[in-house]
Parts: sequence; structure tokens; C-alpha cells
Amino acid sequence: MRIVAEVSHRDGWVVLRARGELDLAGAPALRREILQVIADGAQRLIIDLDQVDLIDSTGLGVLIGAVRRLGLSGGELRLVCSVPRLLQVFAITLLDRILVIEPTLDAALAHVGTDQPS
Amino acid sequence: MSRTVELEIPSKPEYLSLVRAVVSTAAALDPMLSEPRIEDLRLAVSEAATNAVEAHAALDGDERVAIRCDLDDDRVEVEVRDRGSGFDLAHDASPPGPEAPDRLEHERGLGLPLMRILADEITIRTADAGTSVRLVVYTSPRRDTAT
Repeated sequence: MRIVAEVSHRDGWVVLRARGELDLAGAPALRREILQVIADGAQRLIIDLDQVDLIDSTGLGVLIGAVRRLGLSGGELRLVCSVPRLLQVFAITLLDRILVIEPTLDAALAHVGTDQPS
Repeated sequence: MSRTVELEIPSKPEYLSLVRAVVSTAAALDPMLSEPRIEDLRLAVSEAATNAVEAHAALDGDERVAIRCDLDDDRVEVEVRDRGSGFDLAHDASPPGPEAPDRLEHERGLGLPLMRILADEITIRTADAGTSVRLVVYTSPRRDTAT
């Protein structure tokens, strides 16, 4: 498993810090972590991607699934990402219009607008 | 002068990082190819190899994925070949746009759109014997030629 996710808590949010590559090999481990924290009751989840080296269509699918699952229970997903290459992938797939992406954890916590990303 | 690098991998997800490393290292041998374009090719090839690995997962046996990387004077060309049933090119499996109410229902389907965006050219040939995806990145971007 090349993706490692550390779980912490901050201001009522569960924070998952992912490291590694979110591809067909690594993304399933992040999906399992997400499902676990949701099963444990998390509704407000932040995934920190700043230590992620690569995201592909499989990894993007995991994030889309997390938004959907959290939305079903009235929850919310926010992302922390300042990695240019990842931000480019979010932009060219237009997922930056669906996902809430902030450059730092503090900015993600302070993000205003729970339904529509700005 | 054409320079070719060939690689064959087991159809396992853990070998995808090896494909990316080989292709990006080979592409970096071309001094005319910029780092962002190498990154584009790296991800596009990774998507093609991912499709191949997933196609083989549906088959019995020990099929392997073949990757051929040609460094030409004006381009880097990568072909990914598998023995799977290939793409259903008649059916557009791309997810709906971001404003679509059901966008979040589609976790899959971004691989082919990503390849089309990242590569200057993409050619997909699919037949009973397998599928080949050819991706081309020019040393001078010619995205208008993308198909």
C-alpha cells in the first residue's frame, strides 16, 4: 500500500492526511479510510492532499464518491491542496467546480459556503 | 533517429508506478520536451495502463501489458497494448459536466477524457485480440491535432 492516511481532529472536523499516489494501487486504501471515518460517524471531513504525489481518474473517483456519501448524510468534504500538478488535474476535469479546495488546512476550516464551492 | 524503450508488466496495479517512472524518465531524455509536458504524458500513459490492467482483470490467465515508448525528433510516442476487450468507442462513458445534478453518481469515466486532454494525439485501436492506445506528445505542442 503506497497511500498512507493519518486521521486527526480539528475544530469538529475529521482530517485525513494522505501521502503517496492516488492511483489504482493507492486510491482503494484512501477509499477504505474514508468509509471507515464515515462509518465512525464523521460528517465533516477534510482530506489533506499536500503530500500526494499523483492523482489519476481512480483517485478522482474516490473523492467524488466521498462528496456523494457525505452529502447523503448532510455532511461535507473539503480538500487541502496546494500542489500545482494536482490542482491542474482538478481544473482540466472541471472537478474544481464540484470540490471545495483550499490551499491550507486553516483556509479549509474557514471556508465559507457549505453547499457551493466558491 | 528513433530511440525506443519497451516495457512489459504484469497486470497488477502496483506496477503502474513503474510504468510512469519508465515513461517519464525516457521522455526526459528528449531535451526539447518540457517538464509539464512530460508530466502530461506520464499521467496519460498511466491512465492507458490502468485501463489495460483493469481489462485484464476480467480475463483468466496471466496477461501482461506492453508499453512501447518511441523518442522521435519532434515527438514522444507511447503505445500501451493489452489483450482485453477494449473500449466501447460507440458509447461515450464520459461523466456528465460539473453542473449536472447526477454528476456525483459517476465515480468512473474520467480516464479517457484525461488522456484526450493531456496528449496531443490519441489513437485507440480495439479488436477481439486486444486494444492498443497510442499517445503522442509533440516537443512543440500541437493540441489542435488532437483527435
